[in-house]
Amino acid sequence: MTTYKPFLEVKNLNVAFPTEDGLVKASSDISFTVARGETLAVVGESGSGKSVTSLAVMGLHNRKSAQISGQAFLNLDSGPVDVISADEEIVRKLRGKAMSMIFQDPMSALHPYYSIGNQLIEAWELYNEGSKEDGKKRAIEMLDLVGIPAASKRVDEYPHQFSGGMRQRVMIAMALINNPSLLIADEPTTALDVTVQSQILQLIRDMQKEFNMALILITHDLGVVAEVADRVNVMYAGKIVESGSADDIYYRPDHPYAIGLLNSIPRVDKLESQRLVAIPGQPPSLIHLPQGCSFRARCEFADRVPGNLCATTTPTLDQKGDGHFSRCHLPESELVKARVEIGGRK
Amino acid sequence: MLKYLARRVSATVVVLVLVSMSVFGIFAVLPMDPAALTCGKACYPAVVEANRHRLGLDVSVPVQYGRFVKGLVAGRTYGEGAATIECPAPAFGYSFNRHECVTTLIADAFPVTLSLAIGAFILWITVGVGLGILAARKKNQWQDRVATAFVLVGTSLPSFISGILILLFVGLKFNLIDPLSLGRWISPLEDPVGWFRNFFLAWIVLALLYAATYTRFTRSNVIETSTEDYIRTARAKGLSEKVILQKHTLRAALAPITTMAGLDFAGLLGGAIITEQIFSLPGLGRLSIKAVLIDYDLPTILATTILAATFVVVANLLVDIAYAYLDPRVRVA
Amino acid sequence: MTQPLLKLEGLKKHFPTSTGGVFSKVKGTVKAVDGIDLEINAGQTIGLVGESGCGKTTAGRTILKLYEPTEGKIIFEGEDLAPLSAKKMKPYRSQMQMIFQDPFASLNPRHTVGSLIAAPFQIQGITPEGGIVEEVQRLMKRVGLNPEHINRYPHEFSGGQRQRIGVARAIALKPKLIVADEPVSALDVSIQAQVVNLLEDLQDEFNMAYIFVAHDLSVVQHISDRVIVMYLGKVMEEADKVDLFSHPRHPYTKALLSAVPVPDPKIGRTRERIILKGDLPSPVNPPSGCVFNTRCWKAQDRCRTEVPQLMQIGTNHRIACHFPED
Repeated sequence: MTTYKPFLEVKNLNVAFPTEDGLVKASSDISFTVARGETLAVVGESGSGKSVTSLAVMGLHNRKSAQISGQAFLNLDSGPVDVISADEEIVRKLRGKAMSMIFQDPMSALHPYYSIGNQLIEAWELYNEGSKEDGKKRAIEMLDLVGIPAASKRVDEYPHQFSGGMRQRVMIAMALINNPSLLIADEPTTALDVTVQSQILQLIRDMQKEFNMALILITHDLGVVAEVADRVNVMYAGKIVESGSADDIYYRPDHPYAIGLLNSIPRVDKLESQRLVAIPGQPPSLIHLPQGCSFRARCEFADRVPGNLCATTTPTLDQKGDGHFSRCHLPESELVKARVEIGGRK
Repeated sequence: MLKYLARRVSATVVVLVLVSMSVFGIFAVLPMDPAALTCGKACYPAVVEANRHRLGLDVSVPVQYGRFVKGLVAGRTYGEGAATIECPAPAFGYSFNRHECVTTLIADAFPVTLSLAIGAFILWITVGVGLGILAARKKNQWQDRVATAFVLVGTSLPSFISGILILLFVGLKFNLIDPLSLGRWISPLEDPVGWFRNFFLAWIVLALLYAATYTRFTRSNVIETSTEDYIRTARAKGLSEKVILQKHTLRAALAPITTMAGLDFAGLLGGAIITEQIFSLPGLGRLSIKAVLIDYDLPTILATTILAATFVVVANLLVDIAYAYLDPRVRVA
Repeated sequence: MTQPLLKLEGLKKHFPTSTGGVFSKVKGTVKAVDGIDLEINAGQTIGLVGESGCGKTTAGRTILKLYEPTEGKIIFEGEDLAPLSAKKMKPYRSQMQMIFQDPFASLNPRHTVGSLIAAPFQIQGITPEGGIVEEVQRLMKRVGLNPEHINRYPHEFSGGQRQRIGVARAIALKPKLIVADEPVSALDVSIQAQVVNLLEDLQDEFNMAYIFVAHDLSVVQHISDRVIVMYLGKVMEEADKVDLFSHPRHPYTKALLSAVPVPDPKIGRTRERIILKGDLPSPVNPPSGCVFNTRCWKAQDRCRTEVPQLMQIGTNHRIACHFPED
């Protein structure tokens, strides 16, 4: 077996945005790795910081308006580059080449005034020598690869002539045209119908194999995560609260938030009509994060932690098993009880 | 596309016919007798009636309109014998006050208005759009504040104030303008420098007003477009900020400005009344205002009104065609 | 048998499409809803599911006569509402309410929560026992809002709380029927369960009937007693929940169910999935014959020419398909 060699290594990444109301701590103390061929899913609700982290890796935050600290190394063939501290021009030339990103809403992610071909060729030309015809040939090849029928004809059409699913395919073709090593997919299927969603997920998986990419899939949908993820980061209020293999997260969740989340969603394959087990309350404001654990106000187990620790000390992301980490003060014995208790309510 | 064009052109023609008919109708029902206006205070009814006949005002309004249209196409002859007046096609009528075919009056005035409009247009587009883009790129920095101040001054200063101020305290004081040539038309083909001197202050006055509006509009459009998802996509591809601005942001941000510019330019071709008045430029605006306020010269008013409407309607058509070229989403419809 | 609370017979809603421009003319019709039959009783929930453009939202709105139905009957407690004028509808309005998807867009930002929830009383000219303010506060408490926040504005609330405001307003007049159009799909996962639970509790308390319009089959499966699956304006399958989810007979339903991701990695990795080819056709120009034929793996010539009728194929189970699944 070869040793695990991550392509992206994020270390202690913090992203904050100063606003008139105060500093929004959008994501803090984020560390994770992802290797080529591996799929890391980042799950969380809106405002949990899941997109913010990836945008920072891509260098897509305005450095003037965002306060970013920490490191994010891309382990390129030419050596590691920290995209957080590197010159903006260097990071720009990694975008689309070493790392690519696709977004949630394919309806608005393509320029409405330019043909699909124009937009693909433009991406190709950035990193390739060759004529427009070469670029167009490559564009058609990519469109074909992502399953656009009659690609050589449709390459000259405009985004509005494509359906939502087809546009997401175009986005994928464009993101992969320069053979990137890392693909970040930010809620790529959320805006799509469920039958189209399964096509696109399948396509992303196929493309990952084809290009041997590291894949970061950002989503709020625990079903999607279960289908594609090797490893999962669960985020809450700007922090990773639990991280582990998909099996760890789904079958042995350690953080009360992860446990609660998994139990709160109805499942289409389980015919049961009992009450859902909801997590009470709502996420805290990222400007006024509470002292101690951010989840404490919604956590029913906080009072089982001795010494009022949850209210005073921010828990650290501690190892719970092989590659399994959780950010919770709850002792192991209480955790087992908690898992059974919440699960038993169903 | 051809079908769309044919539909639009035919619609434009219909609109023009309707406009000319309603203008014609309005003047027909006004409580004013155009024939009576053809001679002074001491006027014999016989003269009035004779002029009425000569001007073709003694027939029903629809017939008058028919003759008007026919005159546009084939020219028109008023009266007979020694007093015959010939107005060649396209004849808009005959101005008794000026003793001139209206078409001639317009042909004299139009180059003035056209010069004024073109110069001002180039100036305001350059300044307005340029400043707007700059302000958007340097949002909340000093460049943006300067632009905001400019917008404030430009939009709040009426042209009859700025015009007089500039004429008196800049133009005449520093001898930039030749007071003797004011009120005269100098062709740029004969005397380009004289033409420029005659017009450039008027351009500034006129452009100031429009440029302010265009600065504000461009600024907000560029800022709004910069937040679009497809701009983020362009950045994620690795394009440079320069390409993103020039190819992606401006294309989308400036498309609506094309519409606005086309219509504003067309509106100006009908005559810039205040500016022409201040700088004594003998253009269509002055022609109209004189016809309305002093002479009550119906044929001239009718002609300038229809002409102005024509410019706007045709510009609308051209702008829509241009927009379809710019925005592929409009093309298929 | 007693009469159902609401009965739809052949409900249709067609929209004309026009070319636009000066010489616009009607080009055709979009058959947004092309024939729904349904019976719903007090305390029952019917789920209306399908993908975008299937007509589920239009159906929900037509049932409440927010759209004028093109054809068919809306029989509410024995009376056909379809032909009634807006004025004659007014007394029925208090008994049929709607909850919208976007809790932000559906609440006027200039009104306080108090006046938003009180609006139904004012419109119907009803003064509840103890006065409007007291009743509004009681309602706020019932849906899990702090009654002290009665003078706050919608933007001061989170998405989940705003949806609670929408719910409070809908139940203010104790309606017998609520049409809920994607009531939880704009909410975060951990908030969805709270609102679903609230809706279920309120149903038990007031014995209301729900028509639950949603694209999320997991939520529909959880909350519904009976489910109607729509595709391009047509009903594809209709059955009791257990029947439909455990034994779907229409190929579309089967594909739809298999496409829903399940939050269980072992099942997710191994489950056999039917991946439909292509996209949803445009509702403006639906396929001939069976509307699903362009994406159906079982389609034959007959499906392209002959529209399948909705047929009974078991107790309370109906499908529109020439070649149903076993």
